[in-house]
Amino acid sequence: MGDFHNPEGDLSRFRFRLGIAVVLVLAAFGLLLGRFVWLQVIQHEFYQTRAEDNRIALIPIVPNRGVITDRNGVVLARNYSAFTLEITPSQVGNLEATIDGLAEVIDIQAKDRKRFKRLLDEAKNFESIPIRTRLTDAEVAKFAAQRYRFAGVEVKARLFRQYPLGNVGSHAIGYIGRITERDLKWIEEVGQQVNYKGTDHIGKTGLEQHYEFELHGGTGYEEVEIDAGGRALRSLKRIPPVSGNNLQLTLDIKLQEITEQAFGDRKGSLVAIDPTTGGILALVSTPTYDPNLFVDGITPDNWKELNDHPDRPMINRAINGAYPPGSTFKPFMALAALEMGKRTPSQSISDPGYYNFGNHTFRDDKKGGHGSVDMYKSIVHSCDTYYYMLANDMGIDNIARFMGSLGLGQRTGIDLGKDDSGESKGVLPSQEWKRQRFKKPEQQKWYAGETISIGIGQGYNAYTPIQLALATAVVANNGVMFRPHLVNQIIDARSGEKRPVEPQPIRDLKLKQQNVDVIRRAMVGVNKEGTGTRAFAGAPYESAGKTGTAQVFSLKGAEYKHSAVKKELRDHALFIAFAPADKPKIALAVLVENGGFGAQSAAPIARMVLDYYLLGKLPAGAAKEDPVAVEEDNEE
Amino acid sequence: MIDVIGMARRGGRELVAHIDFPLLLITLAIMAVGLATVHSATIGGNPRAMAQATNMGVALLVMWFVSRLPPQKLMRFAIPLYVFGVLLLVAVFLFGIKVNGARRWLDLGVTRIQPAEIMKIAMPLMLAWYFHKYEATLRARHFIIAALLLAIPFAMIAKQPDLGTALLVGSAGFYVLFFAGLPWKVMIGLGAVTAGAAPFLWTMLHDYQRKRILTLIDPTTDPRGSGYHIIQSTIAIGSGGPVGKGYLNGTQTHLEFIPEKHTDFIFAVYSEEWGLLGNALLVFLYTLLIGRGMMIASAAPTMFTRLLAGAITLGFFTYAFINMGMVSGILPVVGVPLPFMSYGGTALVTLFTGIGILMSIHTHRMLVKR
Repeated sequence: MGDFHNPEGDLSRFRFRLGIAVVLVLAAFGLLLGRFVWLQVIQHEFYQTRAEDNRIALIPIVPNRGVITDRNGVVLARNYSAFTLEITPSQVGNLEATIDGLAEVIDIQAKDRKRFKRLLDEAKNFESIPIRTRLTDAEVAKFAAQRYRFAGVEVKARLFRQYPLGNVGSHAIGYIGRITERDLKWIEEVGQQVNYKGTDHIGKTGLEQHYEFELHGGTGYEEVEIDAGGRALRSLKRIPPVSGNNLQLTLDIKLQEITEQAFGDRKGSLVAIDPTTGGILALVSTPTYDPNLFVDGITPDNWKELNDHPDRPMINRAINGAYPPGSTFKPFMALAALEMGKRTPSQSISDPGYYNFGNHTFRDDKKGGHGSVDMYKSIVHSCDTYYYMLANDMGIDNIARFMGSLGLGQRTGIDLGKDDSGESKGVLPSQEWKRQRFKKPEQQKWYAGETISIGIGQGYNAYTPIQLALATAVVANNGVMFRPHLVNQIIDARSGEKRPVEPQPIRDLKLKQQNVDVIRRAMVGVNKEGTGTRAFAGAPYESAGKTGTAQVFSLKGAEYKHSAVKKELRDHALFIAFAPADKPKIALAVLVENGGFGAQSAAPIARMVLDYYLLGKLPAGAAKEDPVAVEEDNEE
Repeated sequence: MIDVIGMARRGGRELVAHIDFPLLLITLAIMAVGLATVHSATIGGNPRAMAQATNMGVALLVMWFVSRLPPQKLMRFAIPLYVFGVLLLVAVFLFGIKVNGARRWLDLGVTRIQPAEIMKIAMPLMLAWYFHKYEATLRARHFIIAALLLAIPFAMIAKQPDLGTALLVGSAGFYVLFFAGLPWKVMIGLGAVTAGAAPFLWTMLHDYQRKRILTLIDPTTDPRGSGYHIIQSTIAIGSGGPVGKGYLNGTQTHLEFIPEKHTDFIFAVYSEEWGLLGNALLVFLYTLLIGRGMMIASAAPTMFTRLLAGAITLGFFTYAFINMGMVSGILPVVGVPLPFMSYGGTALVTLFTGIGILMSIHTHRMLVKR
């Protein structure tokens, strides 16, 4: 450092350092230019796209959901346009203050605020959220006069789903509700995320859920230029939405309504099928509920009431209630015996009123027995002993194989719910079933004694009403089974083009016609001279039927006395039928929970349904329980 | 007859006697670009171009005035201005008002001032004077004292916190030391010590400062927060492409995606509308400005004028480089305006004080020698 004070040295060093500074400056500016070339030439396209993404927002236009009508065009689910008051949170400074201000102009209740808060939590980015739905014209006018006070608040016309018939057919139609986390997963699974941008409702159950992607339609888009605050400045392009497809059902809503009325305040189910196509004519589960409650998000009070009600209205008994078939099982047993050659129609047994197996006595309902019983009589008078013996002769696995071919103990594949997992399978007992059902080895073994009561539709047997209706339809249709379905055709909302749901034969059982005829004749006999006689007295058409009573409660040897047993422990009443007997147009199964004897409460409902469907005859009110049948008809 | 024309001519010549026309033309060119860009950046909301033109007029007057002060007079300002500046910084520390969490402003009732701004000129002035005074007897201790003179205001500004201004003030002082002959081994040693102390310095930084450095490394970690500025300005530059979107046509600008678009981020606005071509022109203008400053420094007759001219010139470079580097995403976000482009009167006055000093040094060099 000795040369610090050498002026010449100082100057030359200064100029040297100035030179170095120049080099550094040029290097730094060179670096900047390199960066600019990278951004503006090499990466230009990438940033170009980013800038476009910034400025263009795709605002989805939600399509109109398809309309659901019954077979005659009666509207079951539709959309109506209503004015809603909506807030775009990103454009509003103080939400609370804004809502308070709005409340001075328009009636806003605590539940509206609650719903708004919930929707706000679920909301995606720029959407507006309703604070009030279904504004009256007066309210719209009131707000319009004050709207300058409320930036970010506007009146919008939105479409709402409505079920004009309310409770009628609610288990079949289902309902829509707001999209949840789980629904989103479903939408992703089927690759529909893009199409559901902007959609906030989705089918939750029933047809609304099963045909979600038919009903929804194609979402349209509007390309809008936006600024950094998300404000829309101008529209650049519009791709209109495509309305969802309409569904025309096989269901006859009048028949449905009459049937529901026939049940009165009794719990139960009825499924009526056109046996030649599998089209469902009526699918009843009582009690019903009003699907309109769910559309805007059900209130906690309503939900609690529906969910906690002892009669469980939310359960679709037609596909989710599994019941022992009772004596309605007998025609199927008889058909199995004929097909397998275990019995001939004329082969008779002698019925002493009981059947001994091992050291156990299986009693017949009729004391002293039916005497000499052939196949015809066994069905018409519902003789238990005949079927105890038959079950023993056939063995459990033969029974299971045949009943399985009729569709019992299997999902029918009806078009309800997301997929067929919503449908119950019921229980078709067999050795294999028992092995899988139980864990302990001694429980897994099938005992021959257990087969006996299977023969009269008791024991482990448990089937859903739709399975019984389908099995009845198969017999009515001479062994050809069609997949039960509710939708007749899917109609394109714009072109009107119709896509019919072709009847799908699932299988042909290749039954011998003479065997089917034996069963048919016997079932006709039930309604003419057997347990169904009173219910079908004076019917101008020939019908085939079978009554049934399913034990809910084991009496352990004591005699069942209807009036002495508490209502929820009373037997379930069942009835299966088809008509006209020679060329069936309708096959059905009825179940009345705790209804007692089938002839007493189930058969009269079946009569009403057949009368309406075949004759157009309207009943007056609920089907009356037949008091005489209670006392007389203890032959089942 | 009185030679009116001749008098007017002489008077006119006298008025512009200390103006360096190359420097004036270059700064006027950059300011013209800046004015047009301020207009584009603010046209949709709160137009600022007229106000900026007024600022420019005031700044040019200041430049004219300063250019007429001979360097000897400037030297006399060195100590008072430096002491005044430090006192103001102390005042800020004691009575300053907080804006956005930083205590940078003094409220004088009529107006607010940012005392750190004064140090941008006072610092190189003071150090250049100091080295000039001890030119003949320069020892290591002089460098140590100079470093202290540098460190005190630097620390006070950094503490406000205003890291951007602290860096500018610190670098201006450092350039004086560099040109005065700070030994290479000391600089290398300092560099090594700084690198070694980096982890410790990291813990000294404020949270938001650390975040800015982290977002520089990967802006996408916080796209809606501190990374937003860098992401949006980078998009603006990149989408500008080779020739830009055209004047007044920048979508990032006019749809409000660029923050601080007429002040610190004005380069993004310019770059989006004029593209790589515009950027090259602007960098070229800055290079000319710095080149002219270097020529003035090289021709400066005394230690004081040499050091001052060199430091002021490199100061212009530092402003421009840090600002463009930050807006294009290669340097962390610090509050440094783009010289002669960004909107703002105070910064312009400071810049033109610097230009005025350069002009004074150049136009008085013969007088000094004589």
